[in-house]
Amino acid sequence: MSEHGASPLAGHNTSIGPEQLLALYRTLLLIRRSEERLGTMFADGEVPGFIHLSIGQEAVSAGVMAALTPEDTIASTHRGHGHALAKGLPLDGFFAELLARETGLCKGRGGSMHVADMSVGMLGANGIVGAGLSIAMGSALAHKTLGRDAIAVAFFGDGALAEGLLHECLNMAALWHLPMLFVCENNGWGEFLPTSKQLSFQLKDLAAAYGIPHTGVDGNDVAAVAQAAQALVGEVRAGRPQILECQTTRVRGHFEGDAQKYRDPGELAALTARDPLAIASARLEALGVGAATLEALNTETTAAIEAALERARQAPFPPFESARSDVYTPAEAS
Amino acid sequence: MAEIRYLKAINEALSDAMSADPTVILMGEDVGEAGGPFGASRGLRDKFGPARVLDTPISEAALAGAAVGAALSGLKPVLEIMFMDFTTLVMDAMVNQAAKARFMFGGQGSVPMVLRTPHGGGLGAGPQHSQCLEAWFAHVPGLKVVCPSDPASAYGLLRAAIEDPDPVVFIEHKALYAMKAEVPEALPVLPLGKAATLREGRDVTLVAYGAAVHTCLSAAKTLAEEGIEAEVIDLRSIQPWDEAAVLASLSKTHRLVVVHEAVEAFGVGAEIVARMADVGFDELDAPIVRVAAPFMPVPFSKGLEAAYIPSPERVIAAVRRTLA
Repeated sequence: MSEHGASPLAGHNTSIGPEQLLALYRTLLLIRRSEERLGTMFADGEVPGFIHLSIGQEAVSAGVMAALTPEDTIASTHRGHGHALAKGLPLDGFFAELLARETGLCKGRGGSMHVADMSVGMLGANGIVGAGLSIAMGSALAHKTLGRDAIAVAFFGDGALAEGLLHECLNMAALWHLPMLFVCENNGWGEFLPTSKQLSFQLKDLAAAYGIPHTGVDGNDVAAVAQAAQALVGEVRAGRPQILECQTTRVRGHFEGDAQKYRDPGELAALTARDPLAIASARLEALGVGAATLEALNTETTAAIEAALERARQAPFPPFESARSDVYTPAEAS
Repeated sequence: MAEIRYLKAINEALSDAMSADPTVILMGEDVGEAGGPFGASRGLRDKFGPARVLDTPISEAALAGAAVGAALSGLKPVLEIMFMDFTTLVMDAMVNQAAKARFMFGGQGSVPMVLRTPHGGGLGAGPQHSQCLEAWFAHVPGLKVVCPSDPASAYGLLRAAIEDPDPVVFIEHKALYAMKAEVPEALPVLPLGKAATLREGRDVTLVAYGAAVHTCLSAAKTLAEEGIEAEVIDLRSIQPWDEAAVLASLSKTHRLVVVHEAVEAFGVGAEIVARMADVGFDELDAPIVRVAAPFMPVPFSKGLEAAYIPSPERVIAAVRRTLA
């Protein structure tokens, strides 16, 4: 088994019941089908800019977000579609943003790497590796200072473990007892290089140095992620920051269009055994949920995505003047 | 009327802003128990408590990012960065996050944060504790940049900066902290982006901000003794800057000298001069002259530093060039 192989937790029993697991599966499907569609549309030239797909990592988004309330805030990464969809961004606004339309959540000014929805506590995908850590830390500070019950979650990849910001944020989160959950999506890759060639340490050892509890989980088993996250958010809400490290798999390239010639075909082929959707559907089957139910869900999800995409396609592109005049808050609003 | 020091005006602005709005917090190295590296937040921890006057570790990058996250989540953080030289460490948070959040999120939210920081030489603090880096921030769409020259404007502009919904870099000059001035009992909030004409004159316009304003006032006084009347404009805000006020003065005097302590090359003065050479071209009777620091690091040795910082003599020489 490679170091990125299935964790000992895979296949373990969880207390997640069929109804909850089906809801998690629905989120997995939504992310997967959305990203597959974005991938083909990108190849067809219909999605502009850079996109970074999280195919193979969906269980982290679905599992963690299931443990959050709408008031909880998250800061995401460049690979943030899953976080966004799981946090509840409306499909219309999401796809319109990725298609650079005026009706997008960010009026076509941010695109994939900056998609955000403040109304659901999604403080933005981010084009800068590690930047979301400090934004989430500040959001946690605001929750605490304003006496809210909410927590803030920072998603970051293992590539961000080499960023100095992580050290600064771990220190302050622990020092100030901030309601902050650090979620590391460890997919073994930092851009085009295995993180085993970038890092001299393990996150769990770093966590110990800061006195922040570290929980490792099979990040491709949505039931395991959901259960782990559920157990941790109570601690976080009580002002005890936590680290959840999810071992997961980056199936696609660093960005769409990356042919991944640097990856061993055997490693890529082995990823199918760890497909989060397959793991979840096997669990559902064991809980007595039939294939017909999952197929119906798939049809429904695909239809919702296609409808949202079609509305996005029909939407106008943003006018330059409205963008130009929106760099600062208009005087009348300030 | 009351006499107040520049540093105390900052302190009162912080205190009044915190009293007026419970979402205003202060954060930074030594802002709490020590009362601020220069004393700007003295007494505020006792008054508002440690949760609102937050002593922080020496982690400038994460603090600035945290200010962005806090501002997106309902607080109005005022982050102090001990020396402007250390703002090199906050650039991602300010340039990629704070400045762009409102725009790139389609106006969903704004980042009502203030980064307070002192710039400038004159204290023998050397190359890494004396720089004037305001042009970097003024170059970034989405940021506002303010640099007051006296106690009243320090108070009024800081209150406005804290109330502003967008990120503001608020620059104080270290050499001005001890400056005293007579001010009204109740200091008004001053609008960002508006210049003040501190001295009227018909012959030449001197434009400056921060400590360089006093260099200009001193030069103007000397020039007046020989019958040359200089108009002195204190920009107060660098981004946005009051182009209309500068153009109006230029239209009166037809001569312009721009003065700042930051290095001349690619500086704030370059922008002002370029705009006036365009929109004010027909008004000009002489070349526009800049007086600023040479293109070199701020030196430590007293004599070197004195030669580095623009002096009234250099301003006078520049004025003579415009009158030649």
